[in-house]
Amino acid sequence: MNEWPLWEIFIRSQHGLAHKHVGSLHAPDAEMAVKNARDVYTRRNEGVSIWVVRSADIVASAPGDKEALFEPANSKVYRHPTFFPMPDDVKHI
Amino acid sequence: MYAQMVDTGVKAVRAVAEMSPEEQAFQARIDADIKIEPKEWMPDAYRRTLVRQISQHAHSEIVGMLPEGNWITRAPTLKRKAILMAKVQDEGGHGLYLYSAAETLGVSRDQMVADLHAGRAKYSSIFNYPTLTWADIGAIGWLVDGAAIMNQIPLCRCSFGPYARAMVRICKEESFHQRQGYDIMLSLARGTGEQKAMAQDALNRWWWPSLMMFGPSDAESVHSAQSAAWKIKILSNDELRQRFVDQTVPQADYLGITMPDPDLKWNAERNHFDFGAIDWAEFQNVIKGNGPCNRDRLRTRVKAWEDGGWVRDAAMAHAEKQAARAAAKAAA
Repeated sequence: MNEWPLWEIFIRSQHGLAHKHVGSLHAPDAEMAVKNARDVYTRRNEGVSIWVVRSADIVASAPGDKEALFEPANSKVYRHPTFFPMPDDVKHI
Repeated sequence: MYAQMVDTGVKAVRAVAEMSPEEQAFQARIDADIKIEPKEWMPDAYRRTLVRQISQHAHSEIVGMLPEGNWITRAPTLKRKAILMAKVQDEGGHGLYLYSAAETLGVSRDQMVADLHAGRAKYSSIFNYPTLTWADIGAIGWLVDGAAIMNQIPLCRCSFGPYARAMVRICKEESFHQRQGYDIMLSLARGTGEQKAMAQDALNRWWWPSLMMFGPSDAESVHSAQSAAWKIKILSNDELRQRFVDQTVPQADYLGITMPDPDLKWNAERNHFDFGAIDWAEFQNVIKGNGPCNRDRLRTRVKAWEDGGWVRDAAMAHAEKQAARAAAKAAA
């Protein structure tokens, strides 16, 4: 058997919003992937734009690297504005 | 349900003390309602059970196109025909969402299709009943899709991310299916005596198989405890079945047709409808492959796959040729 490659599908739901991953599908090439994505993922006006990316071309962080990648941010709460209490009398800040 | 009697390969749910540290951490995440994503560690039995459950669910959507597709060319009006085509196309889409969710667990699409066609994988018992009249299309939308919604809404909260997300998409679309079915039943119920009799006849034939969709009673359901602990089954078969009966009986009353169950009556003490005994021998027989349409459904499915083989091969050959030409042009 000669299985069609897998593609990841991203849809922009409205103008002004980012493309969002919605799922995947099989297609022989990029052109057919867009056509299939239209039928599979936008039957009810869910999108105004489609991106397709071969699943094999996606590079992802490993679940095991989660701590190394994301834990350092935990101790840096000063990056959030709420870290700095402001006196009630000070406005527009 | 759409995935009935899914084998977990597990005899009994193990206590935390019996689990490996990895399994304990995994179960703790599930208990904390943290979704499991494809590349994360998971017990083999969880992975295998989900592949079985999601692929069975996908196969049900795909085989489920057949009983309804049977009526596309005979729909009574152009409007009904357009609606039915949209509904059947949705079922195909649901199958595709689910196949891709299962593929994130490492099984290939071709493998799943091969398992279905060889009879190794199951699909819901309900699709092995024939659609004899147009009223059956109404009854399927109303009852079968109604039962599917009952099962699928809790699954939107299941522990495996891709399955939960596919369920959210499916549930949004499923409500259209149920309403278009009830709308057909309403038209028939408001029609001539003959049309009303058709609606009643369809209910008579689809009621019990619809109740069987939820699977064996909790007492007989050997794998439910493990599936519940993994949160890939949220409510029990009997709970879902009772909810379905409670919701559907008043809808039949409104249509002026009656469930084919002399034991069906409101129980004020339980605040639920009591209903008669389900013929589990019939259910087991259909599951084993001896329902009215099992052989026909599988034959049709295999034929469609084989007849479409040249299209799949041609599309792939075309894509390869285009890619080779583009590469040659870039090199020149």
